[in-house]
Amino acid sequence: MKLKDSLLELLGRDPIKPVKEDISAPAQVIHKLHREDKSRITQIRAELAHKAAHDAPQKWRRRRWAVLIVVNLLFVLSYWLDIQMLEGALTGSRFVGFHMADLNSALQVMLAFKEVVINLLIGIVTVALMWWLLGGRTFCSWVCPYHLLAEWAEILHLKLADKKLVKDHPFDRRTRTAFWLVFALLALVTGYTVFETISPVGILSRALIYGPGVALAWVATLLLFEIFYSRRAWCRYACPIGLTYGLVGSTSPLVVTHKLENCFHEGECRKVCLVPHVLDTVIKGRAKDVQTEIGADCTRCGRCVDACPTQSLTFKFKGIGKHL
Amino acid sequence: MSVLNPLIKQKQRRQFLRSALLMVGVVGVSLLGAIPVLGQWAKRLRPPGALKEREFLASCIKCGQCVQVCPVNAIKLADLDEGFGVGSPYIDARAQACDFSCDGLQCVLACPTGALTHHINYPHEAKMAVAKVVSPQTCLAVQGKGFKGLARGADYSGKLRFEEIDRWNPIPLAEHPFDLEICDLCVRLCPIEIRANQCDAGKPPSGDPGQCPPRHAIRLVDIDQDGSTKKMRPEILDGCVGCGVCEMVCPAEPAVIVMDSTASRGLSA
Repeated sequence: MKLKDSLLELLGRDPIKPVKEDISAPAQVIHKLHREDKSRITQIRAELAHKAAHDAPQKWRRRRWAVLIVVNLLFVLSYWLDIQMLEGALTGSRFVGFHMADLNSALQVMLAFKEVVINLLIGIVTVALMWWLLGGRTFCSWVCPYHLLAEWAEILHLKLADKKLVKDHPFDRRTRTAFWLVFALLALVTGYTVFETISPVGILSRALIYGPGVALAWVATLLLFEIFYSRRAWCRYACPIGLTYGLVGSTSPLVVTHKLENCFHEGECRKVCLVPHVLDTVIKGRAKDVQTEIGADCTRCGRCVDACPTQSLTFKFKGIGKHL
Repeated sequence: MSVLNPLIKQKQRRQFLRSALLMVGVVGVSLLGAIPVLGQWAKRLRPPGALKEREFLASCIKCGQCVQVCPVNAIKLADLDEGFGVGSPYIDARAQACDFSCDGLQCVLACPTGALTHHINYPHEAKMAVAKVVSPQTCLAVQGKGFKGLARGADYSGKLRFEEIDRWNPIPLAEHPFDLEICDLCVRLCPIEIRANQCDAGKPPSGDPGQCPPRHAIRLVDIDQDGSTKKMRPEILDGCVGCGVCEMVCPAEPAVIVMDSTASRGLSA
């Protein structure tokens, strides 16, 4: 996928349906073969029916939850047991003495304070490099404690939606870009880190490490909103942190790639995806190339990798990936 | 271009409206955070080195690293009722003051953003607050009384470092009884006065003359005698940095001396 399209979709533009001229010749051939390969499609239907009867594989989800819990536990235990591995909270910390700063929190501070001390700069550069290397929004699905709670809330939402008790109300995805700009502007103009007041990431991280407080009521409000009104609303339409990390990861070597040859367009991946617009390419006839890298908004959570019955979506580390 | 189905159009209009409402709602909630700050609902005593309140709140990244390094656990983090101040560190001096027992200003060193300015190196350079004698009538010294026992009772959990007992580990105040002819706890336990005395004796802390405070912070002065008992009153001096130890140790209830954090904090980035 072109960087420009990836960024525009990150900012909220809807994916554009490609015209025939945009689709490469080898991809066109595969599209045609797919249309004709009726027996393969019947076979996949059977596979899917089997999968629906059993539990879908959750390999990546289990790994991810383990990493997320371990990272947050490392923060908690560093303080409680005074082992000094990962001191501080997700907004700002020290990993075995080395500074790390959450990029969005650091941005809020820089805009409000209008000054950057060297320790903060070190923290920013370290974290930016780390998340560029690891995929940007990887922070969201592999580290953010709100993400985990929101995933549980989502399971509940989907159960209720299945019973027709709740309905998902989608928002315009450009809202998140608007939030990012408004909160940047508010920090700059008011001189206060306004977003930190309601950041569920900061609130949760501090609550885990330093003990709970009434701020958790705000987090609970967001979760209830997601359960009863709009699926994954905060992560999808609001969180400026996600957008910041999306920008960082837009040129990351770690991506999920789509192999058209294996894809039979069942759409299982889009059903589980936090940001299904990045998987537009899996829709029948949309893939422009034989292989497509999924865009910057992808959180590299791996749920699509688990969900795909034909291994058409896989993690890839560009450059040295083949040697790993 | 084909004419959009009116149903789709209506759906889009609703989605736009919803999104605008979400925007107004969330930004509105976040701006509610201005009320406790502008209304100064909580006038907090901040850790040593804290910049002026406005700059402090702008620069604090709310990570709590200062909390983690404090040897007496003096630093707490504010909750959401303090609005924009949520997650920012403060000290409740009456519960646990900063006694500078780390000597090296660990919280300042831990601060990643300079909200606790890295421009200070010694306790006497901190400008946390200024102590105020608010109720002299309840002061034991003013009444000419001594003090015997535990300053804040046996259940009090606050700690202080007593160098003559253990240089490195602060001990609970409840494990350190006093027997004083006239109560002078606020003076004898003042970290600035302790340092000044050590320096006068030619033994500055860690052998570092930089630790020597240039000015005194508190003293007891004689009150005009009208009877036979000696009566004294505490007087706050220029060298007070507002660490809160005098407020913490005062046996009177409520404390005779309290920290006024609006009276100091001249520190700029």
